[in-house]
Amino acid sequence: MTDLSGAIGYPDVALAVVLVVVGAAVSRFRRLDLERDMLVATVRSFAQLLAIGYVLAFVFDGNGGFSAGVLVVMVTTASLTAGRRARRVPGAPVVAGVALTAATLGTLGVLAALRIVPVEARTIVPLGSMVLSNAMASVSLVMTRLRDDLAAHRREVEARLSLGHTSHQASLPWHRGALRTGMLPIVDTTKVVGLVALPGAMTGMILAGAEPLEAIRLQLVVMYMLLGGNAFAALVAGELTVRRLFTRDHQLVRSLRRAS
Amino acid sequence: MGDRFEYVDVRVDGDDGPIVEGFSARIAAEGVTAIVGASGVGKTTLLRLLNRLDDPDAGTVLLDGRDLRSYDVLALRRRVQFVGQVPVTFPGTVADNLGPGDHAGLLPRVGLAASIAGREADRLSIGEAQRMCLARALALGPEVLVLDEPTSALDPASKVGIEELVASLSIGGLTVVMVSHDPRQASHLADHVLEVGR
Repeated sequence: MTDLSGAIGYPDVALAVVLVVVGAAVSRFRRLDLERDMLVATVRSFAQLLAIGYVLAFVFDGNGGFSAGVLVVMVTTASLTAGRRARRVPGAPVVAGVALTAATLGTLGVLAALRIVPVEARTIVPLGSMVLSNAMASVSLVMTRLRDDLAAHRREVEARLSLGHTSHQASLPWHRGALRTGMLPIVDTTKVVGLVALPGAMTGMILAGAEPLEAIRLQLVVMYMLLGGNAFAALVAGELTVRRLFTRDHQLVRSLRRAS
Repeated sequence: MGDRFEYVDVRVDGDDGPIVEGFSARIAAEGVTAIVGASGVGKTTLLRLLNRLDDPDAGTVLLDGRDLRSYDVLALRRRVQFVGQVPVTFPGTVADNLGPGDHAGLLPRVGLAASIAGREADRLSIGEAQRMCLARALALGPEVLVLDEPTSALDPASKVGIEELVASLSIGGLTVVMVSHDPRQASHLADHVLEVGR
């Protein structure tokens, strides 16, 4: 059986850059103005993955105590990224940070408590990073959608507040819509998994030479973990975002009321 | 009779400097008070302070002699009902919009047929929708009705209807505070006129 572990050298990576060139050509051809971003993305991905490769090699080599540190760096970066995307929510990085920390700890905690995976660096770090990257997308979606919808519908929101509704009641239709927006991608992905795409964890194991049935069991755990992690992250992000967009006295914050 | 509201040296900041500054005035408990003035002088801003959709950056607003901020805000908003310039209908029927409870008498009171209760609220004409918004406000049994140019979005016929309605509500004992950009409306409808200027 062919497996790819150990089969890809740096020259192969360099050759694969051809596909980025295709992407840049599309951007140029359609004037998407994304070439520069693609260049930055390519260089960053190389540098970041190389660095994390060395870090993981160190952590897995008997330095498991550092996995918490790795996760903290990951959560911080994800929070800043999601926070930047949703920067019109006051205190966005903090909201994203709390949501992502809760989702990561909660999900890994359940997996560990049910003894589905062993608690060691080799499992906790990659699984945590998967929860995190999925939840990050969900958190920034929930935050931006909720903020933009409340700004767009501030007349309705204030009409509800004027009838004596609390900020949570007044924002409920848009809060619910934002949570759905944040969760639908992972729900849809989970529905069509195996039919449309062979997802990452499973593909990785198969490429590395594992038996397909072994690979799908891991993938199932991963999918359910992502679903739960995403839901948890969206819930916390939505809740905290509402609190940031209203005052304690159930008033829309001014930045939202005067937004055009 | 006494004052319902009192603005005491109120300042409200906007993005570029104060919208309202050093504003003091009283609003009578009885009758209709019209707030008039050129556009941009902060009439709507002053109105929004009354049910605490906004708070002043300096100064205070008193209700029955007490700082508005000393009341429970949700209870305050039920007592001081605010109806905006453009009617806002919620999804569902007129009855859904009015909320739980028996509101049989409410629709005729605002000049709508009781049979309209089952109609989808978003299919009302704009004049009907504004009346429904008044009914929705009255359903909470308020003591004060705060109206932000309630007729500016309406055609002339609906406008007269709403004006008559407002006058009758005030006779029924409600304190009515309304912003009006129409001096004629203010002079024939209002018992008190509060002129706001820079």
